[in-house]
Amino acid sequence: MSTLQRDPDDRVRVLDEDGRVVDGAEVPDLSDERLVEMYRQMRLARHFDQRAVSLQRQGRMGTYPPLSGQEAAQIGSAAAMDDDDWMFPSYREHGAAYVRGVDLAQTLRYWMGDERGNALEGLNIFPVAVPIATQILHATGAAWASNLKDGENRNAFVCYFGDGATSEGDFHEGLNFAGVFDAPAVFFCNNNQWAISVPRERQTASETLAGKADAYGFEGVQVDGMDPLAVYQVTREAIEKAKAADPDGLRPTLIEAVQYRFGAHTTADDPSVYRDEEEVEKWKAKDPIPRLESYLRNNGILDDEAVDAVTQSVEDEVAEAITEAENFERPEATDMFDYVFEERTERLDEQRAHLQRLRERHGDEELLE
Amino acid sequence: MSSTQNLTLVQAVRDGLKSEMQRDDDVLVMGEDVGKNGGVFRATEGLYDEFGEDRVIDTPLAESGIVGTAIGMAAYGLKPVPEIQFSGFMYPAFDQIISHAARMRTRSRGRFTCPLVVRAPYGGGIRAPEHHSESKEAFYAHEAGLKVVIPSTPYDTKGLLAASIRDPDPVIFLEPKLIYRAFREEVPDDDYTVELGEAAVRREGSDISLFTWGAMTRPSIQAAESVAEDGIDVEVIDLRTLKPMDTDAILESFEKTGRAVVVHEAPKTGGLAGEITATIQEEALLYQEAPVNRVTGFDVPYPLYALEDYYMPEDTRIEDAIRETYEF
Repeated sequence: MSTLQRDPDDRVRVLDEDGRVVDGAEVPDLSDERLVEMYRQMRLARHFDQRAVSLQRQGRMGTYPPLSGQEAAQIGSAAAMDDDDWMFPSYREHGAAYVRGVDLAQTLRYWMGDERGNALEGLNIFPVAVPIATQILHATGAAWASNLKDGENRNAFVCYFGDGATSEGDFHEGLNFAGVFDAPAVFFCNNNQWAISVPRERQTASETLAGKADAYGFEGVQVDGMDPLAVYQVTREAIEKAKAADPDGLRPTLIEAVQYRFGAHTTADDPSVYRDEEEVEKWKAKDPIPRLESYLRNNGILDDEAVDAVTQSVEDEVAEAITEAENFERPEATDMFDYVFEERTERLDEQRAHLQRLRERHGDEELLE
Repeated sequence: MSSTQNLTLVQAVRDGLKSEMQRDDDVLVMGEDVGKNGGVFRATEGLYDEFGEDRVIDTPLAESGIVGTAIGMAAYGLKPVPEIQFSGFMYPAFDQIISHAARMRTRSRGRFTCPLVVRAPYGGGIRAPEHHSESKEAFYAHEAGLKVVIPSTPYDTKGLLAASIRDPDPVIFLEPKLIYRAFREEVPDDDYTVELGEAAVRREGSDISLFTWGAMTRPSIQAAESVAEDGIDVEVIDLRTLKPMDTDAILESFEKTGRAVVVHEAPKTGGLAGEITATIQEEALLYQEAPVNRVTGFDVPYPLYALEDYYMPEDTRIEDAIRETYEF
């Protein structure tokens, strides 16, 4: 039986908390090389996250939304995508974006307040969506368009959002349209238990989020979102079903990846106000990184030497990205006028010229103080 | 004399909510993170402990849900004060605000009303992420049936919030988050109101009238003080309520000076500076000595923070416009 066809309350797991394969679980068919790469990407995401928080603390970056604890959900799902598939992120998917080819320096650039960080030429990824749940409709629309334009060669469209997003009207509309038009979409809900200070049980009286798929006529599945292999497995099946020539049932899937945000909602948030440290510790015992590491070590895929090499590689890569991001040239002041329309209107030209006159007259220092 | 506290603007929001909740059991606060967390800006801090979860309500994450249910509550006799966490996230609630809150009275011929206050922080200058810095007061002022209030001082914040909550019609109450904690002011402990629709003269002057509101009030006063050194005497008027707008105060000042500068963060096109200019044209044309000068944001999506200081009007730009208008 496909893991997607299980009862939504029956959470899919492959690895237990100690990294041992759960009885009866099917381990996804991934080469050792790919498994080690997933491990490296998770380590990279964690290290990047810690460095990004510290950049914000040092005033070198603006508000930043951390992802620690959510690496398995991000790396496992993104690794399951084929090259031509599309990704629709919320604002926390730095790890998934990296797997899909986004440079860390670009991600930093965006959070350092430079629009060019969102210019991801050549990658099948939409710009970060900061409002909640709005990207779900875009994913449905693009997936629907792929049915219309690509037919048998349709791609899969993986959309990320959080537990809070399931309360928004756009969530309902996006999933409803996807069902009606049988769009090849995978709705990947990162249920990290907290929408800022509001716990999951305050978002919905529904027992699971995955169960909401019933109302739209397609499958919903709950997966251990801190188990990278289970996440990979479930996402892979959902992607294959989305693109199948003759799928069994409707193409879309709602995946609820149950996980935990170890840190704050953003660097502007203080979670100690609304949740207990005891709860955090409980979830930290499920940390996805040692879990995968144990599995790889137990199966002779990873040893101390290889782990050290990974540590070195992620530290170097993140350090380089930070240096690169901090050395990007500042955007030109007039950049803000250039992408409003294909061509600047007369009024935009006037306003641009006005800004330039002010800069000439007073100098940037005085104008920006 | 009654006692006072030295409060920041955001503390005055909290104090204003608290006073009105103590005064009237029908007043309640609802929104995302307003309860246990005390609001992401701490605007509702302590209220959950004092008034309990039925009057300080953490809702699911759904702006249309928050405002739409608040409309039902208001029509049923409560006085909800929903918070939208940032004004940039009001748009899911726009349909409810425009299609229902604004016209419930009209559509039901006065049977149902919407005495609710939608609070939201607005405006730029805090190095925030995308959609956290916009100024969209013109959207709401444009809509018949909505009142729009923007305070610029702690004292006014408490008094205007109380007046908004007691008002029988829906009020959009936009809070300038740039100055949430910029300065303090003595605020009475007792409840009081600052009447809606009345502007405040922040600096008297005879040469030029400067009309502004919210976070732009401070750089406007700064620019006025700076040009005063060169003998240019600017009258700074903080409109405080954008709808209904205090046209009498605008005209009284303009008829004295004959010259006007209007300052707002919102983009120029369709911004309320245009409304003020038109009012001057209609009512005081013969007093006019110079074109009305608008100092505003540009007609561009609000830039991410690397460029936001070029976008936001500040004292140098305002001073430039004052001199231009003076020398015309």
